[in-house]
Amino acid sequence: MNAPQAVLRVQIHLPLERFPLDCSFEAKGEAVVLFGSSGAGKTSVLDCIAGFRQPTEGAIELGGRTLFSSEDHVSVPVRRRRIGYLSQQPALFPHLNARQNIEYGLLDLPHSERAARVDSMMERLRIHPLAASRPSAISGGEQQRVALARTLVCEPELLLLDEPLSALDLALKSLLLEALFDWQRERGVPMLYVTHEQQEAYSLSRRVLVMEKGRVVADGEPREVFNAPFSRERAALSGYENIFDAVIEEAHPALGTMTCRVAGTDLMLESPIAQKAAGANASLAVRAGDILVATLRPSGISARNILAGTIDAIEDRAGMVELRVLCGATGFQVHITRGALQNLELQRGQPVWLIIKTHSIEFLRS
Amino acid sequence: MISPLLLSVKLALVTSVLLLALGLPLAWWLAFTRFRLRFLVEAVVALPIVLPPTVLGFYLLLTLGSRGGLGAFWVRMTGHTLAFSFEGLVLGSVLYSLPFAVQPFTAALAAVDRRLLAASASLGASGWRTFWRITFPLALPGIVTGFALSFAHTLGEFGVVLMLGGNIPGRTQTASIAIYDNVQIMDYAAAGRQSLMLLGMSFTLLVLINALNRSNSWRLR
Repeated sequence: MNAPQAVLRVQIHLPLERFPLDCSFEAKGEAVVLFGSSGAGKTSVLDCIAGFRQPTEGAIELGGRTLFSSEDHVSVPVRRRRIGYLSQQPALFPHLNARQNIEYGLLDLPHSERAARVDSMMERLRIHPLAASRPSAISGGEQQRVALARTLVCEPELLLLDEPLSALDLALKSLLLEALFDWQRERGVPMLYVTHEQQEAYSLSRRVLVMEKGRVVADGEPREVFNAPFSRERAALSGYENIFDAVIEEAHPALGTMTCRVAGTDLMLESPIAQKAAGANASLAVRAGDILVATLRPSGISARNILAGTIDAIEDRAGMVELRVLCGATGFQVHITRGALQNLELQRGQPVWLIIKTHSIEFLRS
Repeated sequence: MISPLLLSVKLALVTSVLLLALGLPLAWWLAFTRFRLRFLVEAVVALPIVLPPTVLGFYLLLTLGSRGGLGAFWVRMTGHTLAFSFEGLVLGSVLYSLPFAVQPFTAALAAVDRRLLAASASLGASGWRTFWRITFPLALPGIVTGFALSFAHTLGEFGVVLMLGGNIPGRTQTASIAIYDNVQIMDYAAAGRQSLMLLGMSFTLLVLINALNRSNSWRLR
């Protein structure tokens, strides 16, 4: 069935506690996965679109209707946005039974039409037997099905789903996803589905928006988005504390590695092989938590990078210790636990060895 | 002539109904506002709990007497003074029992899960519909408690009534004042009967609230 495709346009700015939310995207009658670690700002985006939070700047449009515009001082109230919002908590009304919950959004309709729509939705999600049950009397999965029915029966023009099924078991989850996606395809209604599981992002949609610290850092097909080399910006946002410019010295196809020289120094790093010729420039990234520290030079170890350095600074952060280690002119940021710091009795100025696995080194998009 | 006990019941009933009508909007505001100076309003609402009834009664007497602003207005409108009348007692009781209604109302309204209110709005419900269909039924136990507490509190009121209403049999002589009078004239038998009645009524009321709230929370479980 070909339904007319409603377009959602979002362009919002909102200062959050730890970083500003700053993102813009469009969705045209399609299911889009909003992917990111927890705390990346995904739920705040949904809250702005649904109308529970007000961006300080920007505009939100749905199917030609302006829902929010800071320029025109427009903010349509939540109840007039015609947006279905489902989160991990079903938030069913505890004093109403399942049927009363589902018909709550249709109270303005004539009785016969309301009953017909509620019946067909309950049929569709196979929750007819639950009609007279209070939420407290049914299981979590059943509650979530009732909540989904309550949302869909209102025929929203946009669906916002905030990890709605993460508490359910796999079989039930796939059943509900199927019903959900069938419904979405029939109507051509845009849908934003928030998740922090990469596997789920792969299976749900052909389009993924990746969010990091309040911004959309990648947008595309799951395979493309998750496998592509990162931009320098996204690497920095994703917690790659060490980013270096480097020059390819030599490729060793037989060994599956390449030797790279950190630009402007004599420091050599063994990286995984990439489509780059000797002499080419490259950007490398290493997470501070992926670097090991040893007080003696290790031997008989698979890691290809064993670098001599000196501890330049030790800083105690919440929950971990941040070391700055100088290897020649190149500084590395290294995260270790407080326990490791005490155990190794590390001091400022002490010589140490840094150990980095070949595959902990990522090439960034140039 | 209306008996002191009946007068007390009438006063308590009128007062608690008025407090339901006036206290509920105030409690709703207190539960949901983001106004920074809300604590000041809360303090004013709570004042009658700590204030000696005679102090409240004294200020009310000044305001309601024929020379006070409100009192003079009332005289012009109705031809009789507000002090030493049933209407005056109602006004005093409403103020005196305000926290006993508003505090349970506010607590009950504030305890309603905000996610349910958000869900209601996103399903297209107006604020009015959300209140009557979701907030009110879920807060009902607390609202019943507030109603009953303000009723019981007004039933036993003494100081404000004495200051404001004097002690006019059939007009402003409530049960608690009649008991005091009877003790003054050494009629312990009459005082005992009236005391027992008040004790019985207050106790029954509290038992009823508890029973009602228990069955209500069972209903939601």
